[in-house]
Amino acid sequence: MPPVATPWRARLAVAAEPWLYLSPSLILIALVMLLPLVIGISYAFQAISLMNPFDSGWIGLQNFSTLMDDAKFWKSLKNTFHWTLASVVLQFLLGLGLALLLNRGFHGRKLVQALVFLPWAVPTFLSALTWSWLFNPVIGPIPHWLAAVGILSEPYNILSDPDTALWGPIIANVWFGIPFFAITLLAALQSIPNDLYEAAAIDGASAWQCFVKITLPFLAPMILITVMLRAIWVANFADLIFVMTGGGPANSTQILSTYIFTTAFRKLDFGYASAIAVVLLLLLLAYAALLLRLRKSLKMVDS
Amino acid sequence: MKTLLAGSRYLAVAAYVLFALFPLYWLLKIAITPEKLIYTQGTALWPSSVTLDNFRSVIFASDFLAYFRNSVTVSLVSAALTTVIAAAAGYAFSRFRFKGKSLVVVLLLITQMFPLLMIIAPIYKIVASLGLLNTLTSLIVVYTAFNIPFATFLMQSFFDGIPRDLDEAAMMDGCTRLQAFRKVILPLTLPGLAATLGFIFTAAWSELLFALMLINSNDSMTFPVGLLTFVSKFSVDWGQMMAAGVLALVPSCLFFVFIQRYLVQGLTAGAVKG
Repeated sequence: MPPVATPWRARLAVAAEPWLYLSPSLILIALVMLLPLVIGISYAFQAISLMNPFDSGWIGLQNFSTLMDDAKFWKSLKNTFHWTLASVVLQFLLGLGLALLLNRGFHGRKLVQALVFLPWAVPTFLSALTWSWLFNPVIGPIPHWLAAVGILSEPYNILSDPDTALWGPIIANVWFGIPFFAITLLAALQSIPNDLYEAAAIDGASAWQCFVKITLPFLAPMILITVMLRAIWVANFADLIFVMTGGGPANSTQILSTYIFTTAFRKLDFGYASAIAVVLLLLLLAYAALLLRLRKSLKMVDS
Repeated sequence: MKTLLAGSRYLAVAAYVLFALFPLYWLLKIAITPEKLIYTQGTALWPSSVTLDNFRSVIFASDFLAYFRNSVTVSLVSAALTTVIAAAAGYAFSRFRFKGKSLVVVLLLITQMFPLLMIIAPIYKIVASLGLLNTLTSLIVVYTAFNIPFATFLMQSFFDGIPRDLDEAAMMDGCTRLQAFRKVILPLTLPGLAATLGFIFTAAWSELLFALMLINSNDSMTFPVGLLTFVSKFSVDWGQMMAAGVLALVPSCLFFVFIQRYLVQGLTAGAVKG
């Protein structure tokens, strides 16, 4: 028998118990994520470049004022909006369509579901490489198809044309992201009570009326949260563009996150990279705050 | 009218399946096209003859086997560490009420919101000053930490699905809580543990940017870094690149086929509850 603990020690043991289970997670997250986050924010106000190791120190807001005059930054900002908006809207619409299709039973539904969700499992770097190969006229069919239907004058690589290059990664991103929306929206669809549709059918509602009056309102909370999370994720998502175009040609596909990565990785200018990252963080926070307010006011209208 | 509608529905399903599979089909197709046919039949739907030479040279005459081994090591160790650590944390969230719980939850959520690229420079500096650049250890620590928040929430939802009476009954019978956790609860969450393990494995398997930053010696490159280096060096060896790509696809696809039905079920259960 263990000795009976004194009351205060017993109380301490009870209070400490959950923290015992949490401590490995908390220590790792604090050391590997939160501490570097704080250091990273402090970098934004310093000159830290591994190329000029002796020219470092606190410089206040100088990184940010350089940023204001940096045409590449403004271009990346504009591209970030374009990239995020086009990717998320297309992923969402096509994902919703797929979820609605899969929500009805048909022969081979399970197999179809496994196949259409497959792109989500493909490692990003591989999706990026595969799509850049598909767009390459030497080994890829897409330029030849586009030329055949008259969209392109001749089969060339749309990734090397500044006017069209951003659509390459967007299409790859849509391919990769449809399953995410399909999975989450399908789960939400399957939790809508069936008797609602039966009642509507008795009342003679059309399919479109059912969709607008029953399906959409039920999906709305899930749509809001998935679109919000996905947009933040896509805005931060540098891998696809970095592998497919590296931000080129002529920065036509540079978004803020690829600009951060290339500044840190190729130029080793950590101060400037961190300043861009801080701007991106602020933009995302503003966006999240806006959406959460929207959600609140939607709920007020509801009740 | 009805059959027309049903027909167009099948057509739409077929279009989705084609769109999802076509890029992967193309990857495989180029990988088995003989080198001398690539330029003449590169854009044909099927080559006039096929070969496994590209796979052979990728596996036996390049560094890809070493990259593959590095990636498997990093992904397996990260997945195992993350799952163990996150299981403990998820159990705490599921079974205890304590002061500061909501603060910890908010903390974990924050780590999911900020751009991870923000910490790529500080991490590089920290890893460099510890002398851990070009080591798999640095990647394992980084990947483990990155994946803990998500894995914790995942594990919590699995533990929430197991009645509390079970731990309490075990403790009545004289187990300590830790024993109850290990001997009664963990075995019941085996599918959950497997799912978490798989998720983290695939996440670590595909990570590229931190691996590029922290690794530049050929010996410790992971598969994504190795493939990208290969692409920028030998950008004309299409067949070999795509064969390597097909090999990179294998572990994630195996896992995915195993997990995907379960995914919708899990989410449905969550949605019903919420």
